[in-house]
Order: sequence, then C-alpha cells, then structure tokens
Amino acid sequence: MQTVSYRLVTIISERTLRDKLIDAVHRLGATGHTLADVKGEGSRRHGLGMPGVSAVKIETVVTSEVADRIASYVAERYFEHHSVIVYLQDVEVLRGSKYAPHNDEA
Amino acid sequence: MLDILLTSLLSPVVLAFALGALAVAVKSDLEIPEPLYQALSIYLLLAIGLKGGVALSKTPLGEVVGPVGATFALGVLTPLTAYTVLRRLGRMDRTNAAALAAHYGSVSAVTFIAAQAVAAYAGSPSEGFMPALVAVLEVPAIIVGLLIAYARGERAGSWQEALREVVTGRSIVLLVGGMAIGWVAGEEGTAAVAPFFVAGFQGALMLFLLDMGMTAARRLRDLRSVGPFLVAFGVGMPIVHGALGVWVGLLAGLSVGGAAVLGAMVSSASYIAAPAAIRVGLPEANPAYYLTASLGITFPFNLTVGIPIYLALAEWLGA
Repeated sequence: MQTVSYRLVTIISERTLRDKLIDAVHRLGATGHTLADVKGEGSRRHGLGMPGVSAVKIETVVTSEVADRIASYVAERYFEHHSVIVYLQDVEVLRGSKYAPHNDEA
Repeated sequence: MLDILLTSLLSPVVLAFALGALAVAVKSDLEIPEPLYQALSIYLLLAIGLKGGVALSKTPLGEVVGPVGATFALGVLTPLTAYTVLRRLGRMDRTNAAALAAHYGSVSAVTFIAAQAVAAYAGSPSEGFMPALVAVLEVPAIIVGLLIAYARGERAGSWQEALREVVTGRSIVLLVGGMAIGWVAGEEGTAAVAPFFVAGFQGALMLFLLDMGMTAARRLRDLRSVGPFLVAFGVGMPIVHGALGVWVGLLAGLSVGGAAVLGAMVSSASYIAAPAAIRVGLPEANPAYYLTASLGITFPFNLTVGIPIYLALAEWLGA
C-alpha cells in the first residue's frame, strides 16, 4: 500500500476559539479538519469549567510547512491569554494527494 | 420573611439544585451529559421567550414602556456600581474589575426563570412580559464593562467581536426569537406547541437545576483561590443590586411578584452570555474570578437566600 508522509496538527483549545481556529487552519493551507468536543483540564483550569462550554480538539493533516505555519500562528495569537495547546506528529497517510495545500495561500 | 424563605427553599427547583450539589459532595457517579445540558438550556430559553411573546401580544404598550426603561437604566447603572466597589473596596485591577462588572450588571437567565417559578410558587406571580426585560437587561452591562476596559489603552481582545458575541449569543437569539414567534403567533397560534413548551417547563427546569447544582458545587473548590473579598462581593453586591431592582421595579409600576423577579434579575450575575463575550473581548481578565464569583457564589446565594429576600422586600415595600 502506497503511503505518503505528512504532519498531523492537533489543537486542543477552549471552546470560545473554535470558529476562529478553524478559519485560520484553512486559511493557512489545510484542506480539511476534524473537530471533536472533548473534556479535560490544563494548567489554566478555567474555560473548561464554563457551563455548557467544553473544550474542542481540531485535527488536520497537512504538509510540514503548513503545519509549522499553523503552529506558529496559534502560538503567537493565543498562547498568552487562552487555554490552548498544539502538538505535531508525523503520519503516514493513504491517498496523499488529498492533503496537498490548495493554491490560494500555499 | 421566614415563611417565604422556607417556601422557596422547599420548592422543587431549589431542592433539585441542592440534590445536584449533594451528588458532587458525595462523589456520586451522577452525570448530566453535555448535549442534554445544551438541549435543556435551548428549551428553557425558547420556552420563556415564547411565553413572554404571547404575553406581550396581549399587553398594551403603555404598560411595558416604564418597566423596559427602568430595566435599561439598571443595566447601565449596575456595572458602574459593581466596578466602583471592586476598584475602591476590593483594590482590584482595572481589567478584572471591568470583566466582573460586566457579569454583575448583566443577567442570569436561569436566576430569572427560577425567581419567576419561586415567586409563582410563593403566591406572587410576576408579569407575563418579564422575559422582554431579561433581553433588555442582558446586553447594556456587557457593553459598559467593555467600554470601561477599552477606555484605557490597547487590549488583546476585539471589542467588535465581543459585541457580536453578545448580540448573536444563544441566549439573546433564543429569547428574542422566541418572543417574536410568540408575539406573531399569539395565544391561539402557540396552543399547538403549548403542551410541550408550557406543560413540560417546570420539569425541564428541575433537571436543569440539578445540573446547575453540580456545576456550582464543582466551582466551589475554586473559592480559596479567589480570596475572601470576592466571596463577600458575590454575596453583598447582589443584595444591594437586588434591593435597588425591587425598589425601581415597584416605582416603574410592576406588581409585587414582578418587582421581586426584577430584583432577582438585577442582583444576578451572568454566566453564559457575559463570559462568552468577555473571553473574546477581554481575554486578559482571569476567568477564575468571574466564573467562580457568578456561578459558584452569587448563583447559589440568590437561588437559596436572595430570591426570598427580594420577595419579602417587594411585599414589604409594595404594601
């Protein structure tokens, strides 16, 4: 089976940033994303304790350039005041052409 | 007074809240799934909107103008009093004081619903158009709070986005939307959905408060981190604002029940609309302060002790 190497970017953040983060992920070159409501607690603790407001996990498979762009964007924009973490992983994916960044900003 | 306190404390909705808190205290495995919480809050907000809209369609405009004007004025005034108390007495920094002021000026819809239920249970029903006042009270304080913070210097958040968050937030959309539907459809039109939205209301409220009891109890472990001043503020500020609300409500022509419910509304601190807006507009403010104060202190205080006080005060002043 033919696989291609990409990066998996995972962002876990307070719910309030959901729409902004999804917009940014696509603007920076991702071709898709997976969204899940998740629960948890981090160093800031708050944000997740708001009633009816859970944390969200956004995952996207992208090229390593796009991954770096997304990671630094989130870091610059949101690390100081918001509950958010980002991590990157190497992944081997099938149908590699699906994840090539689209042309507008890539 | 003791009578009212006892009647309120023994109403099913307050007891459900206590049960939720107890469940957390004994580490029960009871858990209300998040989607159910969301569904219940949508149901409750839409239901009170509908009910308010139907009542509005039957109320002459002249009767509503006074209370609406008074409520708006209270919505502008209370964040200022809260801010002043926090800065002068609490020596709190400007950002956190402004964030808290927005919460304490705005209204908790659940406190409103509970107050309405408790007032009716105690024999002093409030006016049918009260939900319109909730919508009026929710927004101005958040704007005032943001204005205070933005008046000085650069901010990490976006003031426009925060404003959008308030106006398009689910509580305003459901409340105002429900009112529009109720107003357009009228009593006859809404008869078809009444079995679902009217008959089921108290039961849904009980389930919702069970969940709120659990949420509030979990917040309690943060009490130590916010310090004694904020605990005192969370109890003292609602009493002052509540008394003001009762007095102004009576002046504006509300019934005893209506004035008591307005008092409860004015005394309450928002914990859905305001946190969402403040998180976007003032991300530097520490949510541990405003969430713990509004949800962990003021909400349980109002539900158990505050509402009966406002009821007794309204009866005393209104007599």
